[in-house]
Amino acid sequence: MSQGPAKRKTKPIKSNIFDVVPAPAELPKNVIQKNIERVRGTCQGGEGFVEVGVADLFINWCRKSSLWYLFYATACCGIELMQGGASKYDFDRFGAVFRATPRQADLLLVCGTISHKMAERVQRLYHQMAEPKWVIAIGACTITGGPFYKDSYCVVKGVDLILPKVDVYVPGCPPRPEAFIDGIMNLQKLIMQTKNFGNKA
Amino acid sequence: MDAQAIFEKLKGKFGAAVVELQSGSFNPNFVVVDPRSIREICRFLKEDPELRFGSVMCISGVDYKDRFAVAYHLNSMELGHSIGIKAHLPHDNPSIPSVDPVWKAAIYQERETYDLVGIVFEGSCDPNRILLPDDWEGHPLRKDYQYPEHYHGIKI
Repeated sequence: MSQGPAKRKTKPIKSNIFDVVPAPAELPKNVIQKNIERVRGTCQGGEGFVEVGVADLFINWCRKSSLWYLFYATACCGIELMQGGASKYDFDRFGAVFRATPRQADLLLVCGTISHKMAERVQRLYHQMAEPKWVIAIGACTITGGPFYKDSYCVVKGVDLILPKVDVYVPGCPPRPEAFIDGIMNLQKLIMQTKNFGNKA
Repeated sequence: MDAQAIFEKLKGKFGAAVVELQSGSFNPNFVVVDPRSIREICRFLKEDPELRFGSVMCISGVDYKDRFAVAYHLNSMELGHSIGIKAHLPHDNPSIPSVDPVWKAAIYQERETYDLVGIVFEGSCDPNRILLPDDWEGHPLRKDYQYPEHYHGIKI
């Protein structure tokens, strides 16, 4: 009596992309379901449906979850940024890793007073960053010149005078690390709304 | 040594180059000297065994509208006394010999004084600006300074 080969056990196929990777927490289930298409696929020993998320959702989610920021601290706001990056507030929870180079940074956190001597360096660093890139202006000095607004010959009255765009403003003098985190979360909401394909509404 | 003793010692050594002692409620008291002989006076202040002013704490420029002054705050860590030296300069083209051969710490101080007040230090080993950009026009801490409208296209 010959027996047939034993039937190999197959692992169950993951049916949802977010079974493989964690779903973005702030997206409700119905939004995810609306953005999902079912693709018929086969893999070893079985076939079934694989659900694939729409690329926009996925790309934006990847970008917002790995905001590598350029560590650009020029004044007291920089000390607050260091506190925010340290263990108590921990920017790392957002995937926000600081880079000391513009080449691998997505986000320019302008922390502190920008003098006219420094302005060209800020512009150069901004242009060295690869697209897509975002800017957060942190603290009163960066937003308007702050306490140096009046009768100052050397402070740039707002970083928006030297950079093409500023996405999020975080007021305060200096802002607490919670405010930094709030700014990063606001930027993440903004990133989730961007359209990379089709009609850029 | 107190200021009066230091002044008399300098007066005995340099004569007419040491003008007067400005003493009052401020500390340290100032010895007003002739700017042409500032380097010799400073070298004597550093090397004389009774004075030994080893450190120059601050060099600053003063704008009196009709003239300029350079004030040197000197301190002796070994002997624990301090003195101020002041030299008055004319308002047009103010210049004074540099004291950086005497104290190396004077280089940055003199650069800052040149940068913000516009006093030229003759014979300085680094006669450049230190705070403002190299192509900045004017000296901002002068009383008659007019703010520029733009710098490199950025509104001031």
